[in-house]
Amino acid sequence: MRKLFLTFILGIFSAGLFAQGYQVGDVATDFRLLNVDGNYVSMSDYHDAKGIILIFSCNHCPYVVAYEDRMIELHNEFAPKGFPVVAVNPNDSVLVPADSYTKMIERAEEKNFPFAYLLDADQTVFPEYGATRTPHVYLLERVNGELVVAYIGAIDDNYRDASAVEERYLANAINALLNGERPDPDFTRAIGCTIKYQN
Amino acid sequence: MKTLILSLFITAAISFSLHANNNAGDVPVVDFDTFAPRLEYDNDTIYVINFWATWCAPCVREIPAFEQLYARYRDQKVKVLLVSLDFPNQMDSRVIPFIEQHNIQSEVILLDEPNANRWIPIVSEEWSGAIPATVIYSDSFRGFYEREFKYEELEEIILPLL
Repeated sequence: MRKLFLTFILGIFSAGLFAQGYQVGDVATDFRLLNVDGNYVSMSDYHDAKGIILIFSCNHCPYVVAYEDRMIELHNEFAPKGFPVVAVNPNDSVLVPADSYTKMIERAEEKNFPFAYLLDADQTVFPEYGATRTPHVYLLERVNGELVVAYIGAIDDNYRDASAVEERYLANAINALLNGERPDPDFTRAIGCTIKYQN
Repeated sequence: MKTLILSLFITAAISFSLHANNNAGDVPVVDFDTFAPRLEYDNDTIYVINFWATWCAPCVREIPAFEQLYARYRDQKVKVLLVSLDFPNQMDSRVIPFIEQHNIQSEVILLDEPNANRWIPIVSEEWSGAIPATVIYSDSFRGFYEREFKYEELEEIILPLL
């Protein structure tokens, strides 16, 4: 009975932890998700990368649209330095038809995305990471072969106007890692569209 | 017949005046420092502050619940404030038409503050930044909710505070 009780308490505790998602310092779990080019992609495919800029993204959200060009620039700036962008669409396409796989392919072609744009079709990846909105960035750093969360949050401090940005939170975090330093801040917030899932 | 015409006229007049009374003509654009005091009034009113945007489907879905709350409790000490996070350059193309189309009666302001990382934690440390999000507070209570509401759920929170 006591054991059962303990298991029960542990169960509640771990469920609580799960709901929290990742914090900076946590090891990120790999996934295998369908890319817009028809192939499945895992983070382990990026053998030579020093890390991954994982961005929960989508088609329909105006905040994502405001950042699409900056996501492309980030990839072009940092993929050669070992930090490619990987975008993951976590939305249920029944709830948001604009975020369907077909529409993802269309958007990727329109914008000529240089990065992978994956569909979290089973909606299992975003809850594990603790993503709540799009765009929502998880900067992952390879440490002893594992991908460790180094920064969570926003791309920069001005969604509306790229030319008015004062702090490039994400770029600064990557540059810190490249210089062997810790990102500061390692957590920021931004307004975004809720990730859409059926309860 | 005369009565019918009269009542039709009265109905039309009432609906016209209700319609004319929405807030479409007057949506102030405020920065966070201007808005911030409204998060911490210290009096006997219950404040219900909802963060939304016209492009946010779950926000639009729950707006009628806030409107119903406003209509039901407008004569009591309950204040509903809808804080739009629409892009300010879409005021005329989206926000005003939305308010007119849905005949929004609650007060609406547009928060124009691009650096959300600065002000989100001041609204609530719990807020990840996803919308809809709602703050409900009184002098004895403070709740933050990053979720979509139904009317009954809102009422359940404010009834004990009245």
